[in-house]
Amino acid sequence: MNSWMMALAGGVLIGIAATLLLWLTGRIAGISGIVGGVLMPRSGELAWRVAFLVGLIGAGAAYLWLVPGAYSPRQGFSPLLLVMAGVLVGFGTRMGNGCTSGHGVCGLGRLSMRSFAAVLTFMATAIATTYVVRHLA
Amino acid sequence: MSTSRISLAAMVSGALFGLGLAVSGMTDPQRILGFLDVFGDFNPTLMFVLGGAVGTTMLLFRFVLRRPTPVFAERFQISDLRSIDRPLLAGAALFGIGWGLAGYCPGPALVGLGVLSPEALWFVPAMVVGMLLHKLISRRNVGAA
Repeated sequence: MNSWMMALAGGVLIGIAATLLLWLTGRIAGISGIVGGVLMPRSGELAWRVAFLVGLIGAGAAYLWLVPGAYSPRQGFSPLLLVMAGVLVGFGTRMGNGCTSGHGVCGLGRLSMRSFAAVLTFMATAIATTYVVRHLA
Repeated sequence: MSTSRISLAAMVSGALFGLGLAVSGMTDPQRILGFLDVFGDFNPTLMFVLGGAVGTTMLLFRFVLRRPTPVFAERFQISDLRSIDRPLLAGAALFGIGWGLAGYCPGPALVGLGVLSPEALWFVPAMVVGMLLHKLISRRNVGAA
């Protein structure tokens, strides 16, 4: 399969995963929310979140380990930039109540205008940031 | 009551989600930045990831949400927030800046942790710090109000 077919197949898998979680458990498959809920657990809401993350990391990593060429690490990227990016992603996703999965995959799926506004906003700042880093810096 | 069934369902969903991220190439930050670089060396393949994922949820969520309850739980836990307010937009804007800086959103970074990617070992702890920092600041603001 070429890369756009793999991209489409992977995207459909992600959509099926989010649908399955909503249909069976009534929960939204928003990764930042799930991680946030593990860091500050509410009673009865911890086990499923941990289970979701174990499945996510286990299956994703297994694919990257087992399929030749699936994992090609980037070399020489600045750790300082990674740390700054990590803090911004962590802070921003909690402040805005979601990331690519919660607002993007799930929020757009249920036609939420809030999520639509969030997706437009983070796509715009992400594109602007990439432009600045790659073409101006 | 049905806690174990909920956890099992969550693990299966998480596994499909992680597999989808890895299969689609979302776990490669170089492809993410290639996708975000619309004014430069634009790589459009990730449009198919978003299209496939959102197309699937748009199609299937409506049938799921027509049910009175989920299969294993008593109610759907869906945000009832409606307003497009400043925290939503400011938070999304900050998240986008972080995403565009390094090419990681939370899911792919976590999968990177599973293959002991040195980049994920920097990024994920920093992301956790960012989440805790937000908790700290919002708690202080509530205390001050």
